Amino acid sequence: MAVLRDEQKQVRSQQDVVAVRQIVREWAVYAGFSLVDQTKIVTAASELARNTLTHGGGGMVRLEALNDGSRRGLRIVFEDSGPGIPDVEQALRDGFTTAGGLGLGLGGAKRLSSEFEIDSRPGQGTRVAITRWR
Amino acid sequence: MERIPILKLGDCLLVTIQVDMHDRLAMTLQDDLTTRISETHAKGVVIDISALEVVDSFIGRILGNIAGMSRILDAETVVVGMQPSVAITLVELGLALPGVRTALNVERGMDLVRQALTMREEPNGRPQG
Repeated sequence: MAVLRDEQKQVRSQQDVVAVRQIVREWAVYAGFSLVDQTKIVTAASELARNTLTHGGGGMVRLEALNDGSRRGLRIVFEDSGPGIPDVEQALRDGFTTAGGLGLGLGGAKRLSSEFEIDSRPGQGTRVAITRWR
Repeated sequence: MERIPILKLGDCLLVTIQVDMHDRLAMTLQDDLTTRISETHAKGVVIDISALEVVDSFIGRILGNIAGMSRILDAETVVVGMQPSVAITLVELGLALPGVRTALNVERGMDLVRQALTMREEPNGRPQG
């Protein structure tokens, strides 16, 4: 699988979350995604960027345009060095929230992606990677 | 401070969201709308989101809050113009916007508000004419 190009951005403010939505939209268009697929990956990215800001205290997002020979895709990796998630299973469940929201962010982002990986260590931070294939 | 404009049309408030809102801007809209409803005694709120390419769980929650708060303040809220790709994504996200009335465009949204008001005015709950 080849990474055609990649880019990193900081997530430090609510404006940065908006900027993540915009850049993910551009990259999804570039990857040739349908309008519905663009909207799904942008929405997933918005949920995760907000988590990075709210729960992780800010962090980085990396975008990767992928090609596995037969199809194109987009991978987005969110990394923070915040407090981490003590119970990932619980955090993925709909309705579980520690921020007073609806608790749809993490589980919703997983449903909107083709592939979803999460690695969180208490006290060290959280890394979430989502991929959507065309 | 950046704000979303709220227009008064008769006893209705019309909000057309034309920018990709950050979270605080959406919260400000929620506060401004509830204030305007109580100031103007508006009976209806129509929120046009046709320019929004993304509605995530936060914006969805704000729309639900606005509908709930305006109901308590005796006004009907209708969210209009949602793009089909946004609707598909919202349902997959797990947010079907319960309690939020929707219509295809501003005109139909205004009709819905009027209908709801007529229903209320009729003592037996049936619309007039």
